[in-house]
Amino acid sequence: MALEPCTKSPTATLPAATATAELPVLRERGQREVFCGLTGIVWLHRKMQDAFFLVVGSRTCAHLVQSAAGVMIFAEPRFGTAILGERDLAGLADANEELERVVEELLVRRPDISTLFLVGSCPSEVIKLDLAKAAEKLNHRHFPKTRVLNYSGSGIETTFTQGEDTCLASMVPVLPEKPPETGETAELLIVGSLADVVEDQFTRLFNKMGIGPVAFFPPRRAANLPRVGKGTKLLVAQPFLSETVRLLMRRGAELLPSPYPFGIEGTTAWLRTAAEAWEIDDAQFEAAIAPSVTRAKLGLDRYRALLSGRKAFLFPDSQLEIPLARFLSRECGMELIEVGTPYIDRKLMDAEIALLPEGTSLSEGQDVEKQLDRCREARPDITVCGLGLANPLEAEGLSTKWSIELVFSPLHGYDQAGDLAELFVRSSERRRRLSV
Amino acid sequence: MELTLWTYEGPPHVGTMRIATAMEGVHYVLHAPQGDTYADLLFTMIERRDHRPPVSYTTFQARDLGGDTAEMVKTSVREAYERFKPQVMLVGESCTAELIQDQPGSLAKSMNLPVPVVSLELPAYSKKENWGASETLYHLVRSLLLSKVPPPGTIRPERDPAIRPKANIIGPTALGFRCRDDIQEVIKLLADIGVDVNVIAPMGATPSDLLRIPDADFNICLYPEIALTACKWLERSFKQPIVKTVPIGVGATRDFITEIGEVAGIDVSSALRRSKAETLGSWNAARISSSATPGASRLPWYSRSVDSTYLTGKRVFIFGDATHAIAAARIATEELGFTLVGIGTYSREFARQVRAVAADHGLEAVISDDYLAVEAAVAEAAPELVLGTQMERHIAKRLGIPCAVISTPIHVQDVPARYSPQMGWEGANVIFDDWVHPLMMGLEEHLIGMFREDFEFAEGHMSHLHTAPHQAEPINAEPVAVGASTAAEPNADAKAMGLAPEASLGTSLGTGAETGVSWTVDGIAELKKIPFFVRGKVKRNTEKFASDRGISSITVDTLYEAKAAIGK
Ligand code: SF4
Repeated sequence: MALEPCTKSPTATLPAATATAELPVLRERGQREVFCGLTGIVWLHRKMQDAFFLVVGSRTCAHLVQSAAGVMIFAEPRFGTAILGERDLAGLADANEELERVVEELLVRRPDISTLFLVGSCPSEVIKLDLAKAAEKLNHRHFPKTRVLNYSGSGIETTFTQGEDTCLASMVPVLPEKPPETGETAELLIVGSLADVVEDQFTRLFNKMGIGPVAFFPPRRAANLPRVGKGTKLLVAQPFLSETVRLLMRRGAELLPSPYPFGIEGTTAWLRTAAEAWEIDDAQFEAAIAPSVTRAKLGLDRYRALLSGRKAFLFPDSQLEIPLARFLSRECGMELIEVGTPYIDRKLMDAEIALLPEGTSLSEGQDVEKQLDRCREARPDITVCGLGLANPLEAEGLSTKWSIELVFSPLHGYDQAGDLAELFVRSSERRRRLSV
Repeated sequence: MELTLWTYEGPPHVGTMRIATAMEGVHYVLHAPQGDTYADLLFTMIERRDHRPPVSYTTFQARDLGGDTAEMVKTSVREAYERFKPQVMLVGESCTAELIQDQPGSLAKSMNLPVPVVSLELPAYSKKENWGASETLYHLVRSLLLSKVPPPGTIRPERDPAIRPKANIIGPTALGFRCRDDIQEVIKLLADIGVDVNVIAPMGATPSDLLRIPDADFNICLYPEIALTACKWLERSFKQPIVKTVPIGVGATRDFITEIGEVAGIDVSSALRRSKAETLGSWNAARISSSATPGASRLPWYSRSVDSTYLTGKRVFIFGDATHAIAAARIATEELGFTLVGIGTYSREFARQVRAVAADHGLEAVISDDYLAVEAAVAEAAPELVLGTQMERHIAKRLGIPCAVISTPIHVQDVPARYSPQMGWEGANVIFDDWVHPLMMGLEEHLIGMFREDFEFAEGHMSHLHTAPHQAEPINAEPVAVGASTAAEPNADAKAMGLAPEASLGTSLGTGAETGVSWTVDGIAELKKIPFFVRGKVKRNTEKFASDRGISSITVDTLYEAKAAIGK
């Protein structure tokens, strides 16, 4: 489980360059100020428009998803909570029947659902409600019209973005098998949810290079699953998908370790990883990316001057902290005071860590009060943190950037590199403008 | 197990947070997993608080469960005490911790902290936020004051008539509806009739302030959902009478003053007289400069002025917590001349009172925390104005009906920068503006009604209102309070899976499929001339009228016959 300290990760899968092994990491186990994996529902339900997410949990869980979604009520949402009551806690058999009843009720009202995710929570896990078994039973009744899957978004097992990992991992076993007659023919699978517009940009670039076929996971429709098998090569777009990658590899796919496509450097490295696997020659690769890179440089230049030499402090939240820190330091010239992240999975993070400046202070886990003390002491120019901390820090005169915005915005790839930098510029720029 | 899409109330421990955050010198240690820390953002984002709520979470994980989660409680309590040095420590658990039964309250009590520890065991699987707030306030007050309770039978000494009466204001919390400003209004009302404020709690109070509660002559129970339990205990223990009228609206404010007069034994007649003395419609320079605190509201005159004639009989649907819903019903009907076409609450604890108000208006109250049930009730009632919570605001937007927010749950826009109380004279002014503004102006409405075919009167056009509801188009995303600004494709839901358009009030014209009657071309054309906000209702009524009479095809005449038979 990725919540374990990084030292327990199997070292065998580490890429050759492990110069970072000695990198000092501050490990803290105090109060964490991080969302739980249920939060992933907020973007996953938008990404997969034919899926419904049913949390099996408490009123707290319902309130969390609603608060994280900012009460974005457009219509009946594609997520809900089966709230456990005292009657359910009394006896387990009862809870299972109740869940079936709720699902029936839901499916009658929403016949358009092709995939239903039962999402486990802390309470459902503590009372050992077996959602896998429940899903299996429900599938007997509703498959193929509706497929029922289950995963955990609980706060005792998952942090914030890990909810996407557990969700995608639950889909891996039902991905269609790559037909044997395709042999080991290479197919590229991009793993991690991206904004649709970013997917389209990457697709155009891969086409130009002659890399293909390319599929995206998660797909835009949950019913439209990509296939996997021997020859599938995984290019991971989000740095928090440990379990998903592990399961995809078990199905024969091969991981192409790479930095993540944030900023120009990250995007180039990421695309090059695929190009190398496809043995695309350098000239063709450079030709394909050249216009985008030129454009991105233009977009980024404007902001670099404003960020260069400034100090950044990143609180642990989204798991994007390390790639973002790499971007802020190498492409924007910022100084990194502390890079906090909920957990470090070396297999997925080493290529990034290797790019951090020597001596970067990394922290894993959290003790929020102590970390706030360090942050106040350092007085960074920009602090990346969760929504609960942002206004209090602003009131102390520190500029902040909400980590949740970094997850919700299209920021991957060349054409978003400028936007990414702009997000960090905006709060200080605002301070500069205001004279009140 | 209960299927929930959106909730009106959070879990009970969020209620505790509302008390702790409102106060000073209190710290709350909550035994809970990391995800539960989301609750901090309710306060720092929605209320734009410049401090984190005074809450420490143990944030236990799965790997801790086999081990010593109890030890984590002790560590959190110890560290929180050392760091924050509160006067009182609240200790409780969230839904998950309730299941592992560490009994954090007893653990903390066993640690012999130098300050009182209040243990809060709030059943998370049966109770909700307001109840949690109410229990927390009660337990806090009770633990601090228990040793001061006089022996049974002790008679409270009469107030020395030379000393002005003193009142406690009980109930305003963090994340309440306009509590910050209501307090100011209530203080003004009290000053006007010669009553001093003793303690305001929980908002702004320290635990040592709570110790002074018994010094007051009576308690004002400002928000019964939060304060009634504590007020009743104070009444029993210290013989402090409770003032129960909630001064929202002109009539209720007068009643509030009257009730205080009776409870405190003071003469309030001049304040009451003053509230009725003049229209405040004089623009004379001397009058304006002397009218900073007029002791009266503009609502009565604004409501009687001819421009407001168009408010007569406007159909209004009300939903919220019980306190605000009941107050709104009275204002809407007695002070603005609206017609109540629906009322409800999610506060089950106060369902009886809301039912009684509904019955007075020949209605059945909607007692529910299922927002889909509320949405269906709104659609069915076809109101011209919805007064509700943040949820109803979205419901109304989707149905194309004007709306004003009158109750929690709230959003960032319901915590305005300007002074905008609901209580007292100024509160009534604010309410007049907030409720009337979303409606179409009088003459404007006539013009649109008369000249519907003017090409500039687009469907759903609402003249001075920039947010013209438009049925064909799904409603856009709200400016999102917690700031998650850029969720992609906000309209996808509404298109793909929204309510069937028929359920919305607006322009869906087709045939009355369910009733088996159809519309003639001229019938449809005439129906289109009816203002869109009542069209759905007229359509349904007409179809029912036709099918009841065995008419299979609705003509212009059927439409008017139905109108004559049914009325507006
Ligand atoms: S941390 Fe656990 S109990 Fe809290 S919202 Fe997340 S899943 Fe629910």
